[in-house]
Amino acid sequence: MSIGHTLLGLLESGPRHGYDLKRAFDEKFGHDRPLHYGQVYSTMSRLLKHGLVEVDGIEAGGGPERKRYAITDAGVTDVERWLATPEKPEEYLQSTLYTKVVLALLTHRDAADILDTQRAEHLRSMRILTDRKRKGDLADQLICDHALFHLEADLRWLELTTARLDRLREAVAK
Amino acid sequence: MNPPPGSLLTADDLHKSYGPTVALDGAEFSIHAGEVVAVMGPSGSGKSTLLHCLAGIVPPDSGSITYDGRELAGMSDADRSALRRSEFGFVFQFGQLVPELTCVENVALPLRLNGTSRKEAERVALGWMERLEVDGLKGKRPGEVSGGQGQRVAVARALVTSPRVVFADEPTGALDSLNGERVMELLTDAARSTNAAVVLVTHEARVAAYSDREIVVRDGRSRDMERAI
Amino acid sequence: MNTRQWARDLGLGARFAFTGGREGWIRTLLTAVGVGLGVALLLLTTAIPNVIAVRHERDEARLDYTYGPNRPKAADTLVISDANSTFHGSHVRGRLVEPEGPRAPIAPGLAKYPAPGDMVVSPALKELLGSPDGRLLRERLPYRITGTIGESGLIGSHELAYYAGAKDLAPRIDGWQTARIAKFGPLQQRAASRLDPVLLLLVLVVFVVLLMPVAVFIAAAVRFGGERRDRRLAALRLVGADSRSTRRIAAGEALGGSLVGLVFGTVFFLLGRQLAGSVEVLGVSVFPSYLNPAPALAALVAVTVPAAAVLVTLLALRGVVIEPLGVVRTAKPRRRRLWWRLLLPLGGLAMLAPMIGQGRESYFNEYLVLGGVLLLLVGVTTLLPWIVEAVVARLGHGSLAWQLAVRRLQLSSGSAARMVNGIAVAVAGAIAIQMLFAGVQGDYTKVTGQDTTRAQMQVSLPRGAPFTAVARKFAATKGVDKAVALGGADVGDRSWRGEGPATSTRITVGDCAALREVARLPSCHDGDVFVATGSEGVSDADTVKLAKPGRRLWLDTDFGVGQHPEVRWTVPGGLKRVRTITSPSGDEFGGFLLTPAAAPGRGTAAFSSSVYVSTDDSVRDVREYVRNTAARVDPLANVMLWSSTEESDKFTSIRTATFVGAICVLALIGISLLVSQLEQLRERRKLLSSLVAFGTRRRTLSMSVLWQTAVPIALGLLLASAVGLTLGTVLLQMVGATVSVDWASVLSMTGAGAAVVLTVTLLSLPPLLRMMRPEGLRTE
Repeated sequence: MSIGHTLLGLLESGPRHGYDLKRAFDEKFGHDRPLHYGQVYSTMSRLLKHGLVEVDGIEAGGGPERKRYAITDAGVTDVERWLATPEKPEEYLQSTLYTKVVLALLTHRDAADILDTQRAEHLRSMRILTDRKRKGDLADQLICDHALFHLEADLRWLELTTARLDRLREAVAK
Repeated sequence: MNPPPGSLLTADDLHKSYGPTVALDGAEFSIHAGEVVAVMGPSGSGKSTLLHCLAGIVPPDSGSITYDGRELAGMSDADRSALRRSEFGFVFQFGQLVPELTCVENVALPLRLNGTSRKEAERVALGWMERLEVDGLKGKRPGEVSGGQGQRVAVARALVTSPRVVFADEPTGALDSLNGERVMELLTDAARSTNAAVVLVTHEARVAAYSDREIVVRDGRSRDMERAI
Repeated sequence: MNTRQWARDLGLGARFAFTGGREGWIRTLLTAVGVGLGVALLLLTTAIPNVIAVRHERDEARLDYTYGPNRPKAADTLVISDANSTFHGSHVRGRLVEPEGPRAPIAPGLAKYPAPGDMVVSPALKELLGSPDGRLLRERLPYRITGTIGESGLIGSHELAYYAGAKDLAPRIDGWQTARIAKFGPLQQRAASRLDPVLLLLVLVVFVVLLMPVAVFIAAAVRFGGERRDRRLAALRLVGADSRSTRRIAAGEALGGSLVGLVFGTVFFLLGRQLAGSVEVLGVSVFPSYLNPAPALAALVAVTVPAAAVLVTLLALRGVVIEPLGVVRTAKPRRRRLWWRLLLPLGGLAMLAPMIGQGRESYFNEYLVLGGVLLLLVGVTTLLPWIVEAVVARLGHGSLAWQLAVRRLQLSSGSAARMVNGIAVAVAGAIAIQMLFAGVQGDYTKVTGQDTTRAQMQVSLPRGAPFTAVARKFAATKGVDKAVALGGADVGDRSWRGEGPATSTRITVGDCAALREVARLPSCHDGDVFVATGSEGVSDADTVKLAKPGRRLWLDTDFGVGQHPEVRWTVPGGLKRVRTITSPSGDEFGGFLLTPAAAPGRGTAAFSSSVYVSTDDSVRDVREYVRNTAARVDPLANVMLWSSTEESDKFTSIRTATFVGAICVLALIGISLLVSQLEQLRERRKLLSSLVAFGTRRRTLSMSVLWQTAVPIALGLLLASAVGLTLGTVLLQMVGATVSVDWASVLSMTGAGAAVVLTVTLLSLPPLLRMMRPEGLRTE
């Protein structure tokens, strides 16, 4: 899961302070693993270096340095590209997918598109596996089947999420 | 949408309602010879209706379906039936074999509908049953064979007329994984070897993985996943 | 097993009978109608003994016994004359009455006797006389209607009867047609006579034949919706009902339907009872009030029929194991065996066989008749499954529709046979009945020896009528071609009083034309006297002995009553010997043949005479004109019809009636056929849709449905015809009637059976086509 893209995406709705970003991230995605402040600042400085964000202002007098970040046009393009690129079908990637879907909803992008793209990618992998299985020996078949069943589980999740997009949109908007 | 060149069967902007229920709401489809296309989607999304329209079983309320340069919408019921008899083959989930007829008679049925003599029809039927590895069941009645065997008999029946398009509606829906996969392998192998197109309606990804391409039907609208990527 | 459990399960089942949705209702309704018809028929059957008894009582009570000894006129005597007639083939019971004192016996159903010139009539006669149809009869009965005969004086609602007041009947007392009586009723108590054996046979057969299909129908009706019920029972098993309890619930369901059936049956019976008052079969009609079933029998019916319905249900479930997850039919059906199936009809024949040739004079053993007919008809239902199975297994390949149908029949020939059982039984029975009716009816009108080419009617005139003049009146009647009159008397060598003559012969009087009908006359002039020999009835020796010119002979004027003056006749000279020929009536008139001028003048009073009338049958109502003339000549003139054509009208109406009854039964069975057909089709909806998907023509499927019903029906009708004809032949031989196959009824009944199947198939086509629509492919 890419924390940089996630934070970038969160910035799309408007400039935020570092601690604001952390709070928003934890609220939406970090249910079981909240971000450290250090993670936020190191990520932000990396993004700053790549010109994907810029410092919108510094709040003075409030103790330690408080920078307000804003997303640049390059940053928006980067988020878009990331969202549109299907993840390589792997096991246990639903957390990344979930993040992508929520971000898409937050930024009013077409979340269904993301899911469909992913689904096509999954099926492509499954087709390749199926083909290998047909041509291969029993060992191949068993290995491929293992992967196929896992991919199928992902795909089911994708379908289920697609079916629940509307509800998710409401939940995210709260 | 303009049908891609070389398409055998295309559908454009299909609309179909059953009373207040909208089954198709602008669906599109295309398939070319030798291609296996999976039609996926949640239940009630209209995927079966799409198959029925494509196969000329149900006329759509509006929209066009072109098969081999002919417009299906303009055909009479009798012409569409004749088309189904000679050019299309069908496999359904269950309840398709005539329980009173023996397996070989069931497979020979489409040929006999086309006027082939009983002897010749059963000879051809037996050939297909061999290909699907069920020739040992020829004298049995459907009630006496297992689900997987029955479904293979059904596949043999769908292929017996050497159709150009095979429509399969959840062909493995009532089978376990192993039997389902075997049926899919046999079906797609046989279809590819005869250059038949297969329209495969399924909700199972592992079954859809036997296809070359998939489209997803949602709320009566189709989405070609090839183009989505 | 406690009663509460029983009651609970039965009650639950009964509730299912009424809460099963539309289908459940139809099923319950059909069961109820079937049971209702059975109950109504059974109630009617149980009422028949009562009908016979009441009719007999009434008939006895109004008996005016005219053959008694002559009694003197007194304050309690009545002179009564039979003046029966026939109108359009119906018997009219007529009596002329003249009470001779204030205490004259009153006929049953009458309050007082009508004055001379008036009459009291039965309601049916009153209605007839008032209608345009009765115009000619009205002319014949020129009396004023002053009242109606009460029910107690009639033996049927449709009986035509009247009592007309008359004057001066006493001189006409003759010991057979006119008599003086002091009371009505039999002179001495007679052993209760029973219904005409043939009529009783008909009644028995009719009821068996009507009951059997109803029984088959009930058996089929309680199985309606069997599949659905089985599923429901399986669901009950799933939630914990045990197998016995499910059976009880199923029984309760059947019970619910049959209880409604009892109510229906009572209503049907009451309707039928009213209806029975308005029909007439073979000249027999009844009053609704006769149709009172014996209470014990009625109670028996009320208990037996629902019990039978429950029993059939339990029997049908016998081979079925209801498991929580569905219904399992135990044991693959074995190949049907022929021997015991043949045993039933053969047993039936064996029961009837001893009665063959028994004739109509004595009574048939009712139990043997019932048993034989029942077994023969039940034999249809046992033989049919075997035949269907055997034939269907041998049916070859044909078109696809044929193949589909044949294969289906091969797989379930039993249910196919069950479907047509009812129709086959109904048709077999109806054919037998119609054959019996046709044969019996034909025999009732058979004319013995009468030559209907020479005359078609004979009018017997009372003694002393001026017959030659009367003949002219008949000859002048509309539609009459020729009328000849012959009078006659016995003549002996001594007075007829006391000991009577030692030698006697006959005198026959008529004009030359009339005498030529009875003897070959070389020449004939008025005043001639012939001596005719060569007849069977009159001894030629006696005739020759008496035919001595100048010999004085005595005419018979006594007739056992002995109040007429003696008449003597001298044999004239110039006798001519001639040979008799058979007269139109089939008799041969030997003895003296006298032309009118040669007849003794005073002898007229001693002559009894008949007019032989030949009619032009193309003139409508010609017979009624003749009868009217006869009534004008003398109300006591007795008209006999020789021609047999009139009676066949009656048979037509009976045929129509049986036909209508059979059609009703067939229609009912047709409904049940349709219901089970639709049920089957619904089961196959998915299959039908998928067949249509891969391009099966609707025609192919429709044809296969048609074949599927047509094959068993054809077999059923074939068997029904064979059994019906056999039964009809046996029954006809039992009553000693000529056996002739009534092909018209065979054809019409098999045609009706075939029509039912065709209709059912046609009616099931629209649902079939609907089910073949691709919507059936959509998953529920």
